[in-house]
Amino acid sequence: MSLLIYAESAEGKFKKVAFELASYAKKVAESLGTTVTAVTINAGDVSDLAKYGVDKVLKVNNNTLTGFSAKAYADVIKQAAQKESAKVVVLSSTTDSIYLSSLVAVSLDAGFTSNVVGLPVSTSPFQVKRTAFSNKAFNITEITTDVKVIGLAKNSYGIIESNSSLTEEDFNPNIDAADFNVKVTSVEKSSGKVSIADADIVVSGGRGLKGPENWGLIEELANVLGAATACSKPVSDLGWRPHAEHVGQTGKPVATNLYIAIGISGAIQHIAGINSSKVKVVINSDPEAPFFKVADYGVVGDAFEIVPQLIEKLKAFKAQH
Amino acid sequence: MKILVCISHVPDTTSKINFVNGDSEFDTNGVQYVINPNDEFGLTRAIWFQEQQGANVTIVNVGGPETEPTLRKALAIGANEAIRINATPTDGFFVAKQLAEVIKTGGYDLIIAGKESLDYNGGMVPGMIAGILGYNFVNSCVGLTIEGTNATVNREIDGGKEIVSTTLPLIIGSQKGLVEEKDLRIPNMRGIMTARTKVITVLEPVAANSNTKSVQFEKPAPKSAVKLIAADQLDELINLLHNEAKVI
Repeated sequence: MSLLIYAESAEGKFKKVAFELASYAKKVAESLGTTVTAVTINAGDVSDLAKYGVDKVLKVNNNTLTGFSAKAYADVIKQAAQKESAKVVVLSSTTDSIYLSSLVAVSLDAGFTSNVVGLPVSTSPFQVKRTAFSNKAFNITEITTDVKVIGLAKNSYGIIESNSSLTEEDFNPNIDAADFNVKVTSVEKSSGKVSIADADIVVSGGRGLKGPENWGLIEELANVLGAATACSKPVSDLGWRPHAEHVGQTGKPVATNLYIAIGISGAIQHIAGINSSKVKVVINSDPEAPFFKVADYGVVGDAFEIVPQLIEKLKAFKAQH
Repeated sequence: MKILVCISHVPDTTSKINFVNGDSEFDTNGVQYVINPNDEFGLTRAIWFQEQQGANVTIVNVGGPETEPTLRKALAIGANEAIRINATPTDGFFVAKQLAEVIKTGGYDLIIAGKESLDYNGGMVPGMIAGILGYNFVNSCVGLTIEGTNATVNREIDGGKEIVSTTLPLIIGSQKGLVEEKDLRIPNMRGIMTARTKVITVLEPVAANSNTKSVQFEKPAPKSAVKLIAADQLDELINLLHNEAKVI
């Protein structure tokens, strides 16, 4: 028996979330008195996992798995879990992992709880804490099956180093041709830009910016901070910015370390999508804007005066740090 | 083409979230319920298939009689018929089992379910149905065309999108982008009148386990008040973000 994680990689490199998952799994495994096994798919060099407490890696290298296929990847994870007799499988909350998690759970007859924050509340019975109602509440959920699948909420645990001696093993699961009945024919990724999903910092603009021609301000501030850019729903509805940048309840969820909202009043639907971000800063000319109620830091004033100054000051700060 | 749209009956976003019975149950008192937004995008896309490609659209929900107004609304938007599985939705797996049964019996070509619901945000039902039935499945769907039995689906991925090709029967997890917000249908008077006479078939649930159970709810600790920084003190903001919040 061990605890299994799927350590996600892209183009032969681990995603940051793989290390967060490993850090989390290490702690959970300790409380269960077991070890952590990671399954990787075409990940290249896996030795970095040793820094975050992984004891064993099942390395899958298979050309048919070069592109993502939820069903095939779920099948690999299932077979890895069975091989290791894993009682707990921990998966991340990337778009791909959310896609495959339910398939893994059903194939293992496992109970599945997603959006889990923090370590299990109890290991016997097995109870975890998860977010619900768009982060307006938590729910303690008991998983009653023998095998349990947990989806760890994004950026909820952090990366913690703990050295382990890592055993690497090649693993060749059976891949069924039927796993590829859903075929990727093309991928469009905006290159050279930090994506909202990967960003530690997101700079977001609202209607207060008055027009798309002023978006240079948002982009420059994002550049200085190495941040992704985002926008509120009205801005995407008006066509000032592409829909892919819309964050909020019906847009993309944001769970970053720092979320900076400029000229966004903070409608409840917007807040629902961003309030699992750790630190929220709001810059708005209206001191009554609801965003000030949920923000950690606020500046009341004209964005067109404040943001350029903030950019200059941050440049100076960055030069020194 | 037979389409099944799975409809979740959820509290409106602006609802106050409170709990009763020792924080074990959601307090429904005074709560306004709506069609789950991710399902509504899917429903509108289904109505387009009905109008443009002659599809028949059935909606389905797992819930008690109190969810029928939400089903009537979906019927008023244009669905042809409705099914209500008369059970309390105890967890994602239980719901998926019920829906899988309806799908098996009904022989649907396309099954649309929101990629997550607004209340429990589990995001597991469409995938679980696919797992149970072994159907093709694409999540986070932001575009869908169907010709014959071939489907082309746009899937949102982190930092972009991908185009996938697959065949019916197909399950998709719907979200904004499948249709845009401005395309969402608001029931008109004629739709509302017609919906009154459409049939809601009530089915009893099949035996199925719940694999998880809700033990208790908690509300987040109240947030401390915002720290306001004067517009001419931006160095202080940088200082706080660096030394106090430690995020830059």
